[in-house]
Amino acid sequence: MIRLQHERIDVDEVIRSVLGTSSGAVDVFIGTTRDRANGKPVRTLAYEAHELMAVREIEKIAAEASQRWKTDRISVVHRLGLVKGGEASVVVAVSSAHRAEAFEACRFVIDTLKKDVPIWKQEVYEDGSSEWPGHLSVQPSNIP
Amino acid sequence: MIVKLRLFASAKELAGFSERDIPLTEAATTEDIWSYLIHQRDGFRAWRPSIRFAVNCEYVTGSVPLKDGDEVAVIPPVSGG
Repeated sequence: MIRLQHERIDVDEVIRSVLGTSSGAVDVFIGTTRDRANGKPVRTLAYEAHELMAVREIEKIAAEASQRWKTDRISVVHRLGLVKGGEASVVVAVSSAHRAEAFEACRFVIDTLKKDVPIWKQEVYEDGSSEWPGHLSVQPSNIP
Repeated sequence: MIVKLRLFASAKELAGFSERDIPLTEAATTEDIWSYLIHQRDGFRAWRPSIRFAVNCEYVTGSVPLKDGDEVAVIPPVSGG
């Protein structure tokens, strides 16, 4: 199951989607939103994506992980839109015959997702300012 | 030819639009997309090292030939997870 959604993520549903009788292990990574960033209180986090490309990139990552670690099933669900502090923004679940493969594959999936999948987080702070973490500033005064 | 330019996150804010059909000459490449972006907003010059292009949902590197109907996405540093 690979999905982008605006609704809260049902972690149990993601786990259930990878369960199977051939698996002896399920590893789950849950990315959650912090209510502070850059030392400032965050009011909201907003995620946007190139949705079609993001799903395709996640499918490619899952296919590579599945091949490298011989996993049984891999599911990835990512939030879009406004996400409150303390909620899950992404859930990765991997099942495999033994735990080592599930751990390795799960880490590979989330690490590669953060590097390559076209999804962006905007932090809107309590003081009304906002930032796209890791981006150059959009403010014309900061553009050389 | 016409290509569909799509911009996201900070790149969308800098350009002031998220999607636009742009006319290009027949032998156009992704290099012409850079010229277009910089012509729209000079600020894109400084962003070049951090921006990737995707043509029809696939990342590309270097100068890639384009064809009529292609979608070119401007991908600033991603921050999912």
